[in-house]
Amino acid sequence: MKPARFEYVAPTTLDAAVKALAAASGEAKILAGGQSLLPLLNFRMARPALLVDLNGIKELSFIELRDDSVVIGALTRHREIEHSPLIASSLPVMSAAMRHVAHLAIRNRGTIGGSLSHADPAAELPMMAMFYCARLTVQGPEGRRTIAAKDFFVDALTNCLAPEDIVVEIEFPILRHDGWAFEEVARRYGDFALASIAVSIRRGRSGLDDARVAVMGVADTPLRLAAVEQQLRDIEIDDRMPDRFSELVTSSVTPNDDLHASAEYRKHLLGELARRALRTALAAKG
Amino acid sequence: MTMSVSVTVNGTRHDVAGVEPRLLLSDFLRDTLGLTGTHVGCEHGVCGACTVLMDGHSVRSCLTLAVQAHGCEITTVEGLGTPEALNVLQTQFREHHGLQCGFCTPGMLMTGEDLLRNHPLATDDEIREGLSGNLCRCTGYQNIVAAIRSAAALRENI
Repeated sequence: MKPARFEYVAPTTLDAAVKALAAASGEAKILAGGQSLLPLLNFRMARPALLVDLNGIKELSFIELRDDSVVIGALTRHREIEHSPLIASSLPVMSAAMRHVAHLAIRNRGTIGGSLSHADPAAELPMMAMFYCARLTVQGPEGRRTIAAKDFFVDALTNCLAPEDIVVEIEFPILRHDGWAFEEVARRYGDFALASIAVSIRRGRSGLDDARVAVMGVADTPLRLAAVEQQLRDIEIDDRMPDRFSELVTSSVTPNDDLHASAEYRKHLLGELARRALRTALAAKG
Repeated sequence: MTMSVSVTVNGTRHDVAGVEPRLLLSDFLRDTLGLTGTHVGCEHGVCGACTVLMDGHSVRSCLTLAVQAHGCEITTVEGLGTPEALNVLQTQFREHHGLQCGFCTPGMLMTGEDLLRNHPLATDDEIREGLSGNLCRCTGYQNIVAAIRSAAALRENI
């Protein structure tokens, strides 16, 4: 349970980091918080020739308001996001989700750029990137480009980046809402989710003017359920709405069986969480 | 490839040459510096036995490279109290019988220190959530929670 041998560099600028990655022609791995990479190294499931440690690049660590978005530097630790007053006031759904991210010591070290890049289908931050329709700024040898979250997550544990690309910052457009909820069930506190849903709503005169729905734990990537959002606007707000919503959500996902839960159970769980989430969101404002 | 690491551990500075980048902080503390109070359980970030403080915040030393601790301040269980003069948290672990076999205890104490230093701990739920990354197979956690609750109350009286 010790990593295989590797070379190590800790550049202090992004340019130097991109160059180091490009020079390694696909044999390098990026080290950010290391909370997913180090277990893989310890098990020797990953055996990179070179680690490029980003922790010395101070400009990658920040949380700031930019126009109608909150922009978070890729090296920002989960702890900083969890305790940020700006995140709490501007991205409350994300703030709530952070309490479910792993454990104290992991949150002290893990970074948002690392979590998104790792792309675990049952991790909260990739789900929040989908929920908020985040945009990731990536730097590669050709310069910077922006990638929408929906294009970033390709498959379980797979993103769309080339080996020499580094996530620089993530922009989360602030969502206007009258109510929201985040629900998750994991087998133990801090474990990866069996199922989770985030909902936010804006009320109109009779029904909902707008809704946002994202789920995870039920597919190979987190999902935004755009069709359900649309259908939700056509439903009258009454006591039956959470049940109808629950049906819409469960009929739009096809989870797999795995070691932790059957597909049927995950679907049932998600339906129940959807019901609770919409009840909470509707109760927020009269 | 080897590197030099300068790190302050429990207030003492160590300048160590010849460190392989793949050396884990847990092994650096135990084997290179001889500080065997930090226990190594699962070596993949699940059990929490190897928890130490890095610049005041708890981290898994098995998920941190020794070279990443360069320039940092590390606190291990040896940095808390001595057998003759236990610190507040250690004393409460003894008072409340917060350990049996003791294997998880160094990690529990270091997580507890982070909780006491950086968190309000208004409720036992907060303590339990804070401890959720540390596994204990003996105590059932009840007495560990009680020890930290008691230390938190003493902290407020200081």
